[in-house]
Order: sequence, then structure tokens, then C-alpha cells
Amino acid sequence: MATNIGTIGLSPVATDQGPKRLSRTRRLFRFFRRELLGTFGLLLVVVTAATGLCAELLAPYNPTANDFGAMMEAPSWEHLLGTDQFGRDLLSRIIYGARTAMIVGLSSAVVGGTIGLVMGVASAYFGGKTDLILQRVFDVFMAFPLIIMALAVVAIFGTGVQNVIIAITIPLIPRCARVVRSSALAIREVPYVDAARALGFGHARIILCHMVPNVMAPFLIMVTAFVGQAVLAEASLSYLGLGVQEPVPAWGLMLQGGAEEYASSAPWIAIFPGVAIVLSVLGINLFGDALRDTLDPKLRKR
Amino acid sequence: MGRYVIKRVLLVIPTLLGAAALVFVLMRLVPGDVCVVRLGSSGGTFDPKAIALCHAELGMDRPVLVQFLDFVWGFLRLDFGTSMWSGAPVTSEIWARLPISLEIAILATVIAIAIAIPLGAISAIKQNTWIDIVVRVFAVGGIATPSFWLGIVSLLIVLDVTSALFGAPWMPPIEYVPIWQDPLRNLSMAVLPAVTVGYRYAAVSMRMTRSAMLEVMQEDYIRTARAKGLMNKLIINRHALKNALLPVVTLIGIEFAFLIGGLVVTEQVFNLNGVGRLFVQAVQNQDYTLTQALVMLTVMVFVICNLIVDLLYAWLDPRIRFS
Repeated sequence: MATNIGTIGLSPVATDQGPKRLSRTRRLFRFFRRELLGTFGLLLVVVTAATGLCAELLAPYNPTANDFGAMMEAPSWEHLLGTDQFGRDLLSRIIYGARTAMIVGLSSAVVGGTIGLVMGVASAYFGGKTDLILQRVFDVFMAFPLIIMALAVVAIFGTGVQNVIIAITIPLIPRCARVVRSSALAIREVPYVDAARALGFGHARIILCHMVPNVMAPFLIMVTAFVGQAVLAEASLSYLGLGVQEPVPAWGLMLQGGAEEYASSAPWIAIFPGVAIVLSVLGINLFGDALRDTLDPKLRKR
Repeated sequence: MGRYVIKRVLLVIPTLLGAAALVFVLMRLVPGDVCVVRLGSSGGTFDPKAIALCHAELGMDRPVLVQFLDFVWGFLRLDFGTSMWSGAPVTSEIWARLPISLEIAILATVIAIAIAIPLGAISAIKQNTWIDIVVRVFAVGGIATPSFWLGIVSLLIVLDVTSALFGAPWMPPIEYVPIWQDPLRNLSMAVLPAVTVGYRYAAVSMRMTRSAMLEVMQEDYIRTARAKGLMNKLIINRHALKNALLPVVTLIGIEFAFLIGGLVVTEQVFNLNGVGRLFVQAVQNQDYTLTQALVMLTVMVFVICNLIVDLLYAWLDPRIRFS
């Protein structure tokens, strides 16, 4: 660890802004040292994301190619995780499924979180009637459990990756806005926001440049948790047949239909996609917990 | 307290009205015409007269505001119209499937609380011991495991174990029998789904109990109790746990509404004909009257759960009651 910090400290670029660079690297290493479980979680997330990103390079077979000569084959050297009822290689489908899970999870979490961030900060900044109205609107949206809201949206727009992302993004917005608003309320009273206002800055500039950076900690914690929730929601929707549709490989979809029917004779069809879901969500949650402990000193583990 | 209760109860009205408006708007956002979908599904040609007739039948030729008021009025009378798919009244469709879902939800809550509170408390008291680590792993696992997969795996295990033991595989019954008629059959049907859907619930509550307990154990009054020589057992039961349970009560109430979401998926796994399954069928069949009724019902349960939690909290915590 020490050598790494030293190398960065000696490099010509880093000497310019030495202390800042160093402290950030050091902070990162301190995170790795103190949060062993969190680091393990991050590792799982990175592996899942990398798998999704390089699916073409990693997958040994075409995930959608049927091979009726090798249906429901048990795990072997040829098919490491076995094949499903259409002879499709499970490992390849799980690798491509990582891509679907990450696309849906990341985009819904980031888009939903960002819209929620802006709305939450705006609600706190403007206060008064705007705040009151926005709060009531959040209340209404929060009255829908995530999966129910997602199902209602799917009922209207239909299934498919894009609509699943929309369906999961919408219920995440008020959840983020709520949390961000409460942090932003405290920041509104801080002198530098008054100063910015006195200088005649516009609302957008004050919100985006002066308030948003100061609520990044709760925002990042929320978005991390959202990725896990979104991955689970996507898997649930796809399992119900109301999410991602065949032939797109998705973990939830792999557990639908065939998995239950053939579970007793070919348990691998039912087990491995679930393991992939659990590991990726577990990774995100462990990392999120560690992030919360690091960023929010009040919640730090005693 | 009286004023707080009235204020809190009145706050429910704008939320429910807003939710009704949202559902109303959502269901009218459906691309294309509901009537075209409806007539199209039966394979008929789009005769403008038939569409006009269908519009009149659904009351869609009236002004939007009138339609909305009618929707709210129907909701208040628990009259949601007839299912577009089966033609039966929505209320009776839901009513027939309610007992099974309700039973699983209640059973799951009981199981979750029975596991979560003792384990969470023990985990906090024995912080950083192996018990704590086991409990935390169990909790983190519960949050990461999708209930439908847990359902599939547990069914698989039951199948394998029973066929190994008795020679013939056994599956939980799927036909609903009221508990007073055949308690054994009823429970053998409900327990597995309840455990599956309750695992997440237990995990979340367990984490909450643990962190609340850790916080409370740091308070001055616990140190005072220790200083005056109170027995550890008394300190934990009478002083620590009682105070730590406040946030847990909130969570249990809120998570109960999330159970409905979990049921949607779990009932599918176990082939149970409950409200959750009805929801999925309604969405699959594009049955908008049934979907909007079910969404509104879920919202109502959620809002009422929140209301009960807030009132209970005020009752339990004198700081809120008297402020």
C-alpha cells in the first residue's frame, strides 16, 4: 500500500496538487483496510460489472443459441454450469444476464437518484408552497410499494428492457428526494448559500453548484442501495414474465417457467441464476453499508 | 395527543386523493384506446359504432372530471366496477382471493418478528462475537435473496427430502382450505410461502433491532442503571429493549405493506390463487379496471399501515405525544 501512495506522490502530475491527491488515495486505502466486507462487496460489484461489460469475450457459447442435442445437461467441462431445457449454455446466459442486470440496475438507480436529488434539493431550497406541494406529491408516490408501482407502469407501457427501466426509475425518485431534502434543509441555512443569493446568482446555479455537492453523501448512499433494489425488482418483474422478454438473457427470466418445471430433474437450471442474483445484490449491499459507515460518521459502527 | 391524531388522520385524505388521481391518470395513459384493446382482443373489426358504444359503457364519453369523481365515489363505496377480462365484479374477484394472501402476510409477519427481535437484540448485546457475525450474515443474505428464488429452492429441497424419506415427493397443497376446517392442511400450504416472503422482512427488522439496540446501550440511563447495580437481564429487558423497539415498530408497519409486493411474486412460485397472483394476471390480461382497483387497494393498505404506525409511535413515545 505504502509503495503505491509513494509512486503517486512522486509522479510529476501529482506534485502539483500533492496533498489533495494523496489524501484521496489514502482515504481510499483506509476504506479498503477498515471495511473488509465493503471491499469484498465492491469486488463482487466490479466482477459483475466487468462480466456484463465483457460478456462477448467471456461467454463460451452464444447465450441464445438452442442446442437440442444437449438439453438439460448437468454441469460438465463442456458446459460448466450445465444447460437449460433448450440446450442453451447456462454460464453464457448468466454472463449475459449480468449485462442486463447492470444496465437496468445502474440506469434506474442513477436516473431515479439524480432526478430525486434535484427535486429534493429544489424542494428544500424554495421552501414554502413549492416545498409543501412537492412533499405531498412525494407522499403520493411513496404510497405505492416499489414493485406495485413498477407493475402498474409495465401494465401501461408494456414489457421490455426500456420499459422496465422506466418502471423501476419512477418509484425510486421520491425515495431519494425525501432523504436528500432533509439533508438539504440544513444546508439552506448555511451562510454561503445566503452569500450566493446576495451575489445575485440564479436559482439553478445555487442549487446545482452550491447545494447539490453538499448532499452528495446521502445521495451516494441512496443510489448504491437503489442499484441493489433495482436489480432485485428487475429480476422479480422478469420472473413474473412482465419484465425483460426472451430471448434477452436475464437472471429473473431464467428462473421463469422451465426452472420450476424441471427443478427436480435439473436443479442447476433453478439454482445458478439465483446465486448470480444473490451474489451481485449482496455485493452492492455490503459495499453500500461500508460506504454509509464511511461517509456518515453518525452511523459509523461502534 | 388528540390534536396530533386528528391532524395525522386528516393527512391521509390528500395522499389517498392524490394516489387516486395518479392511478386515474396512469390508466388513461395507456397507449391507444382501452376500447380498441378490448375489442381487438376478441378479434373484432374496429367499427366506430362499437367503439362509441364501448366508450359509453365505460363512461368515457363524459368529462374527465366527472369520470374522476365517479372513480373516487366508486372507490369510497368499494365498488370498482367489473373486471374487463372475466366480467365478474372486481370486488368479488378480490374478496375470494383475500383470505389466503392475508393469512400468508400475517403468518410471515409473526415469523419475522419472532425471529428478528430476539436475534437482533442478542446480536447487539454480543457485538462482534461469532453470534453477532452469524446473525449479520443471515440478515445481509435476507436482503439480497429474491423471495421467488428462495421459494423455488425451498420447494426443491422439500421435494428431494420427502422423496428420499417417503419414496414419493410431496408438494404443499395449492387449494385453499380455511384454517378452522383443516388446520394441518391449511398450515402446510401457508408456512413455506410465509417463510419465503418473511425472510427479507425478518432480515430488515433484525438489522434495525440491532442498530437501535446498539444505540440505546450507549445512552446515559443505561449507564445509570448499571451504576446502581441493576441486573443485566433487567437492564436489557426493561430499559434497553423497550426503547430500542420504537424504530423497529415503525419498520415492521412499513414493511408490512412491502409484503404485498413480495406476495405478488411468491404466490406465483407456489401456484397460490391469491391477490398477488390476481394482480399479475390483471396486468398480463391488460385488465385495467382490475389493475387500478388492486393498485388503489395496495395504496390504501400502505397508507393505513403508515397511519397506524405513526399513531402507535405517538402512543409509545411520550416525546411525540406531548410535543
